Amino acid sequence: MMIQLIAFLTAAVVAGTPLLFATLGEIIIERAGNLNLGVEGMMLMGAVTGFMVGLKTGNVMAALIGAMVAGAAGGLIFAFLTITLRANQVVSGLAVATFGSGFSTILGRQLVGQTAPQAIKLFFKTLNLPILSKIPFIGPILFKQDPFVYLGYIVAIMLGIYLFNTSKGLNLRAIGENPGCADAASVNVSLYKYIHILFGGALCGLGGAYLSLVYIPTWQENVVSGRGWIAIALVIFASWNPYKAIAGAFLFGGLDIIGFRLQNAGIQFPQSLVDIIPYAVTILILVVVSMKKSKKNAPPKNLGVAYFREDR
Amino acid sequence: MSKVPYISMKKITKTFGKVIANNNINLEVNSGEIHALLGENGAGKSTLMNILSGIYTPDRGSIFISGKEEKFSSPKDAIHAKIGMIHQHFKLVEVMTSLENIMLGQKTGFFVNKRKLAKELKILSDQYGLEVDLNKRVYDMAVGEKQILEILKVLYRGAKILVLDEPTTVFTPQETKKLFQIMYKMKQLGCALIFISHKMDEVIEVSDKVTILRKGETIVTVDTKDTSPENLAELMVGHPVDLSINRVKVKAKETLLEVKNLKVVDEDGIESLKDLSFDIKAGEILGVAGIVNSGQKEICEAIAGMQPVKAGKIIFQGEDLVGKNTRDILKKGISMSFIPEDRLGMGLVGSMDMVDNLMLKEYHSQKGFFIDKKPAVARANDIIKKLQVKTPGIHYPIKNLSGGNIQKILLGRELASDPKLLIMAYPVRGLDINTCYKIYDLINEQKKNGVGILLISEDLDVLIQLSDRIMVVCSGEVTGMLQAEKATKEGIGLMMTGHKSKVKEA
Amino acid sequence: MLRFVKRDEISKRKSIMIKIASVMLALVIFGIFIIFLKKNPIQVYQSMIKGSFGSAYSTKETIKLAIPLCIAALGVSVAFKMQFWNIGAEGQIMMGAFFASMFALKMPNLPRPMLLILMMAGGVLGGSLWALIPAIFKAKWKTNETIVTLMMNYIAIKWVTFLQYGPLKDPKAKGFPKIANFTQNAILPDLFGVHIGWIFALILVVVVYIFMKYTKKGYEIAVLGESEKTALYSGINIKKTIIISILLSGGLCGLVGMIQASGVSGTLAYNVSGGVGFTAIIVAWLSSLSAPIILVISILFAALEQGGSFIQSSFGIPEAAAQILQATILFFVLGSEFFIKFKIERKVGDAL
Repeated sequence: MMIQLIAFLTAAVVAGTPLLFATLGEIIIERAGNLNLGVEGMMLMGAVTGFMVGLKTGNVMAALIGAMVAGAAGGLIFAFLTITLRANQVVSGLAVATFGSGFSTILGRQLVGQTAPQAIKLFFKTLNLPILSKIPFIGPILFKQDPFVYLGYIVAIMLGIYLFNTSKGLNLRAIGENPGCADAASVNVSLYKYIHILFGGALCGLGGAYLSLVYIPTWQENVVSGRGWIAIALVIFASWNPYKAIAGAFLFGGLDIIGFRLQNAGIQFPQSLVDIIPYAVTILILVVVSMKKSKKNAPPKNLGVAYFREDR
Repeated sequence: MSKVPYISMKKITKTFGKVIANNNINLEVNSGEIHALLGENGAGKSTLMNILSGIYTPDRGSIFISGKEEKFSSPKDAIHAKIGMIHQHFKLVEVMTSLENIMLGQKTGFFVNKRKLAKELKILSDQYGLEVDLNKRVYDMAVGEKQILEILKVLYRGAKILVLDEPTTVFTPQETKKLFQIMYKMKQLGCALIFISHKMDEVIEVSDKVTILRKGETIVTVDTKDTSPENLAELMVGHPVDLSINRVKVKAKETLLEVKNLKVVDEDGIESLKDLSFDIKAGEILGVAGIVNSGQKEICEAIAGMQPVKAGKIIFQGEDLVGKNTRDILKKGISMSFIPEDRLGMGLVGSMDMVDNLMLKEYHSQKGFFIDKKPAVARANDIIKKLQVKTPGIHYPIKNLSGGNIQKILLGRELASDPKLLIMAYPVRGLDINTCYKIYDLINEQKKNGVGILLISEDLDVLIQLSDRIMVVCSGEVTGMLQAEKATKEGIGLMMTGHKSKVKEA
Repeated sequence: MLRFVKRDEISKRKSIMIKIASVMLALVIFGIFIIFLKKNPIQVYQSMIKGSFGSAYSTKETIKLAIPLCIAALGVSVAFKMQFWNIGAEGQIMMGAFFASMFALKMPNLPRPMLLILMMAGGVLGGSLWALIPAIFKAKWKTNETIVTLMMNYIAIKWVTFLQYGPLKDPKAKGFPKIANFTQNAILPDLFGVHIGWIFALILVVVVYIFMKYTKKGYEIAVLGESEKTALYSGINIKKTIIISILLSGGLCGLVGMIQASGVSGTLAYNVSGGVGFTAIIVAWLSSLSAPIILVISILFAALEQGGSFIQSSFGIPEAAAQILQATILFFVLGSEFFIKFKIERKVGDAL
């Protein structure tokens, strides 16, 4: 029973990793004040580009960089539309999602059925971390994973430190809450938004690349299958906090794969209904926060509103 | 000993479109001096200070700091020149702590060193006598605490010149006292402070010099010890200007509206109207004078049914309106019209055309689901003729029309229902002279027809010449009620800033 | 020095010209992309037109694609007009399909007209109720409707998936997870080769147009959407207006669900909506929320999609390219909004 539980939790971490990257990316973007509904598109762009570069070069670094560039490109389109051209954020995000979907299908046409090259597969095989993987219970779950998962931990922690312990992170948070105030404090609001949206897009791209290069790792058209939308929910569930995002991502990852295991355990609870849980919980959180007018877990105050300085 | 003034602003001019906000303004402030900037709304004080703090650039003129000319193209430049501005509306991030708000935008190294910063801030706050809880979040703070935080913020950035924009507007007397002590300390340490206010008593108490602005121009700079509240009031409002507005004499009839002990509380729990009482008779114009945000908006909205009332009565033709909302009032046939200050944001729908706007108040009284636009079309053409509204057509979105024409449409609609009570808030704001006079004529016409009019205006000359009686409000209370014939601008000016009239005159 | 200044006003003609110019620009850019694929853009565009309207068959297919887009966009536009960001059209379509399907599956032998009417009512009800939930949250607690409606989409889709793989799974489908096909009584009849959904669409375009322009409620929605203060000033019951407009919005989308399930699929499946809900948002936005323009744009987008699948076989350009074209047009129109609101001006230099 214990072995099964550990196996399940280990798999949950793996399932949650692409979610984690996408969520971290969207956290940065939303902390900058922009509501980006194009996460799915950015993940798809990263997935296909990462896979293609990996296939052609067999080089892991190149593949990951390719994925990041593609995700960032999606971010650039979104940033340019919403910051410089002050376009509607919701529609812009949906446009990027549509674009990303088309982009990945077209590029992926020639890749259908292909698998990631051996070199890459080998790179991402399970790596036992010394000492850490021997910790009872959590050791095998958290520290007997492939390097991409470890990258996820590192990025999440670094992001957390960045947001809460650095001055630039502070400036970013201020932009999401009150851009007028940040502007008056001589923070370059537009520059911050651009840089962070690009970076967020890159992380989404990485999330997509994990799916195409490691998780599946055969190319198929719908490789992201809606995880981008779950990430948007996850951002709220994690209260825009990278540390909570780790736990949330693994939780949602677990929910994603639990159906099969429940069946094996003889519990007849359909996967589809389990799939509803993340979305329902997110709505619940949002409603409770707005009911209590809670300021601590509230969305960044200026989320979704375009900022521009009046008459200068 | 001729000292080079710390700040010298010479011949500053700034225009916004057609409005000249600052016209050739000169201002000199020395270090170790508290200099008050006094003037009515729209006199140009905020614009001037926004120029000094780098938010606006002047069209003409120069700024000298310690004798050296400076050009500010952004707030950053002004901060660099050691100018710190404390705005009326705080620029603070609610969910962050004091410490975080001070750190914002600073080059304090990549990692945040809270301890080091806290130490530096302690030295600063001790030096200036400021009490700040560095770990308190802004949404938990009282207004006074927030302001002290703002001051600490600019001091941390090295400000030696402090501009305070109406700092005591929502302060308790204790908080005001605390602020003044901080200001004295800063003065001792050689800072230059500019204190914008229209509270005469505070200006007299705390400042060394006063510069008075009126209609965008510098009137005079005086030493505070050489002046008095009455003197300042006269300088602030200026000599009476004869606008040749006829006051129509109408024999006042029955009391139309009686407001008794009205108390209105805003969403933060602060009383915006405190025990307010007045009445209006049919065929009478009651002018309302007061500094902006003294409660005028709340009075209008309370009577119109838009503002919930905490206590008191509003009796109109024998019926108490308290507790009724706008639709109830309309349905009851209570004949009242409200022309709000916010024309496009409240009184009219900018993206709609004239016809759709004219239906705003009475579409619902039509029977059925559908709206019959024909009567509104007829009325639109009627209004265009009667009030000479210039518009490309009755189906043109009204937000594109000039201010004067927009106001004419609003008036046309409100007058069309032949109301018995007319509430008008700043009806001629931003309009050209001809349109203003037309509107004054319209008001007099209504008065002759026995309509009772509540007229809120910032132009004291107009109020004195047009109204029968003038009510002066300050901080939600009535500080004076006078016969317009006997009113003087200085007298009203004094009451506007809180001096209650010693004799009950009307 | 250049700077951007907000325009005071812009003539309707000018703003339409800017929008058309941006669509043209998008077509040109896409044309360049086609050149990269080593094909002739003109031929490709011609072929897309042929593929969507070139024959009776293709025209019918285009119309079948346009119908759900049109009605859903109408629904979305009613909510948007009131500044309620209803991103939940997809879910509302699903729930409408679900409610309608329950009638179809549980009462398969009712006389056809009666069954269809019940299904339509069910569709409208399902969509309205689904939209009502986020509306209540917003009216009561000011909860952000963008995210809630978005999340509700996936709850609806997963619910139908659950039904499809579980309780409603057709035992006669030989283990293949699908819901039973509807009986003939539950299928929308055809007129001129297309299910009568097209009649609904045309009627609804007129109805919504009249509703928004000539009824009291439509008027109130427009006033409320512009400014809550003005609504308060004129005595409009704000909460009631929000609820009614959302019920209408969800109801229209729910009807689409019924039409798709009954007229196109003949059954209920988790892809009965197939992204229409999201495309409808784009269509509504591009049409500036105007009902007649929605009709035009939805036909155009349907033509794009239909044309896209046509060029796949004749040019080897994947039909996903239609998505890219759609997105490109959207990017350019989104960008053009900027030039409609702002104009470029020379900054007044510092004077003498």
